[in-house]
Amino acid sequence: MPHQSGTVFLLNFTVPGTVKDKLTKEWVSKMRFVKKGAFITMMLLVAMVLSACNQPTPAAKNVETKKDVVLKIGGSGPLTGAAASYGTSVKQGAQVAVEEINTNGGVQGMKLELLFEDDAADPALAVSAYARLVDKGMHVSMGTTTSGAGMAMTEEVNKDGFLMVTPSASQKEITRFDNCFRVCFTDPDQGTYAADFIADHEVAKKVAVLYDKSSDYSTGIRDSFVEQAAQRGLEVVSEQAFTSQSNTDFAVQIQAIANSGAELVFLPIYYQEAAMILKQGSTLDVTFFGVDGMDGVITQLGAEYADLAEGVMLLTPFAADSTDEKTVHFVKLYQTAYQSTPDQFAADAYDAVYTITAAVKASGVKSLDEKDFNAKLVAAMTEITVEGVTGTMTWSKEGEPAKSATAVVIENGKYVAYKK
Amino acid sequence: MASLAFVIAMINGINLGSIYALIALGYTMVYGIAKMLNFAHGDVIMAGALSIVVLVQQFHVHPVLSILISVILCVALGVLTEKIAYKPLRNSSSLSVLITAIGVSYLMQNLAQILFGSSLRSFPKVFHWPSMILGSVELKMDRVMTIAVTFLLMFLVLLFVYRTKIGLAMRAVAQDREAAMLMGVPMDRIISITFAIGAALAAVAGFFFGVAYGFVGPYSGSMPGIKAFTAAVFGGIGSIPGAILGGFLLGLAESMVKTFVSSELSDAIVFGLLIVVLLIKPTGLLGKEIRDKV
Repeated sequence: MPHQSGTVFLLNFTVPGTVKDKLTKEWVSKMRFVKKGAFITMMLLVAMVLSACNQPTPAAKNVETKKDVVLKIGGSGPLTGAAASYGTSVKQGAQVAVEEINTNGGVQGMKLELLFEDDAADPALAVSAYARLVDKGMHVSMGTTTSGAGMAMTEEVNKDGFLMVTPSASQKEITRFDNCFRVCFTDPDQGTYAADFIADHEVAKKVAVLYDKSSDYSTGIRDSFVEQAAQRGLEVVSEQAFTSQSNTDFAVQIQAIANSGAELVFLPIYYQEAAMILKQGSTLDVTFFGVDGMDGVITQLGAEYADLAEGVMLLTPFAADSTDEKTVHFVKLYQTAYQSTPDQFAADAYDAVYTITAAVKASGVKSLDEKDFNAKLVAAMTEITVEGVTGTMTWSKEGEPAKSATAVVIENGKYVAYKK
Repeated sequence: MASLAFVIAMINGINLGSIYALIALGYTMVYGIAKMLNFAHGDVIMAGALSIVVLVQQFHVHPVLSILISVILCVALGVLTEKIAYKPLRNSSSLSVLITAIGVSYLMQNLAQILFGSSLRSFPKVFHWPSMILGSVELKMDRVMTIAVTFLLMFLVLLFVYRTKIGLAMRAVAQDREAAMLMGVPMDRIISITFAIGAALAAVAGFFFGVAYGFVGPYSGSMPGIKAFTAAVFGGIGSIPGAILGGFLLGLAESMVKTFVSSELSDAIVFGLLIVVLLIKPTGLLGKEIRDKV
């Protein structure tokens, strides 16, 4: 701050020669300060001029794009912070798809490029990540990885008109605009499908719910689960809650569940708290059943406690050990690139890139400068069918995918399709 | 059934209270002797617990040894913080010291985040304690150990403060700093020792925190820190028996409210209770006796 005020001072004030002699000691020191300010101002000016020179002129840019037309897909997600596992998976899953498509010759003669920014699952950071993506010349958006961060960002996407296909933001309102679509299920859908799955496969009759009352995600899934459970004849014997302020000690809730005689505990929460509950409730004789937020729980528990995840079930359209040809292929590519097994977020992102590619093909756009480029892509979304690793999907005008849900069970540290 | 729930809530409450009391002791001793609220005290718990995680997982140190190292690290951290951040402000207004302490707290949290990442880390298995079954109540051994060790440490602290020469000096500084200095009490050293004891207790609390909840992150210390500070105020800040009493009462109240009233509103109700107590007795439960102030 100080040298800024010095700069302003210099710009509006010149010292007359005659006054100079009368300067007191204090003035001399002040003037030194001003000189420093002047120096900094000059350096800044020089830097600005230089950086302006560095920017390619429009002509140069055209020459470059003629060589190789690149369709830039931009997305953001938490690469740091508590939810970092989600963003990293999405980035890597999307990168695998982009490289695969490019190896196979691109789409409509264009190569793909993935731009991915860190938003730390924070709404404000997601908006600035989006702005950076637009600056970098993004053509299609993958939205955000998490719902909370995406709400404000989707307003911006809607203003700019980009087609947005988010892999994993599951909150219902994320797709409230016509140009926003998603690959995953919505929160309420997850609750409904989970109750359906438990009833269809007779996993349990008496269920307990343990959820985060301070999270929209968790309460949204809990509401639809409880509603559907009642319709399907499941008995909700205990409902326990916690908040983001009280998410370390679960002794009381676990005890209440133990007393309720529940056979299954539905956990519509994220993996960090789920891992704590698994650790603190290791003596509970119940089946834990999670949704997409449960993905990542094995890593969170760490090698020493990974056995606590054994038998945990989660609703996911993707199981890495599936023998389905596409899944096997994707898992192999992913493992070669990142030495780890892809989770559901990675699979959603892989499918999101293929969905965008399918929309580009179906829209028939031939160049990136085409008039109504975005509108044509958006219009194509409801016409395409994508056979992805998370199932065969079509999209409604509301932006929701139609695909079937299955649950997996964790066995020997891997997701295995549930059979009974 | 209700009585069983009560017994379990009691055990959970005493366990929680032990952790609060251990931390509150540090708060109250530092307040009594150095006349300052060390808001960075809660983060020493985090430093202790995280250092155990890192030592065991990254450096493959034996878990028991890692506890000892974490205590030493925390003592060094506590004493260094005092020397660097608080000592130069010894004669400044209490507000400057308070703000500095808050700054130190943020510094520690962010430093931990930079060094160890922001995600929660799984706390290693240190002891393979079995569970005891008493009738129909399952009693986890780690709970018993937490409570037992807490009582032992409290006894040692009381012994130290009331039965040793340094303890006498501490009480003298607490009563009248100038007079104590005139009598030849080395004030700086006494304050350093106080910080060292507080940090060592916090390190032990950090270990039990990790054992009880299983995961530790850079911000894990802030909530227990605030609760323990509340406990110290509840019992009468500056009073050692007050901190112990306040810690256990707060832990029990929290556990009882969670079990029998509402698990989401527990904090609101517990802090509401605190306000009522302070309205009736502004100095806290045992805060009246200035003689006991240490």
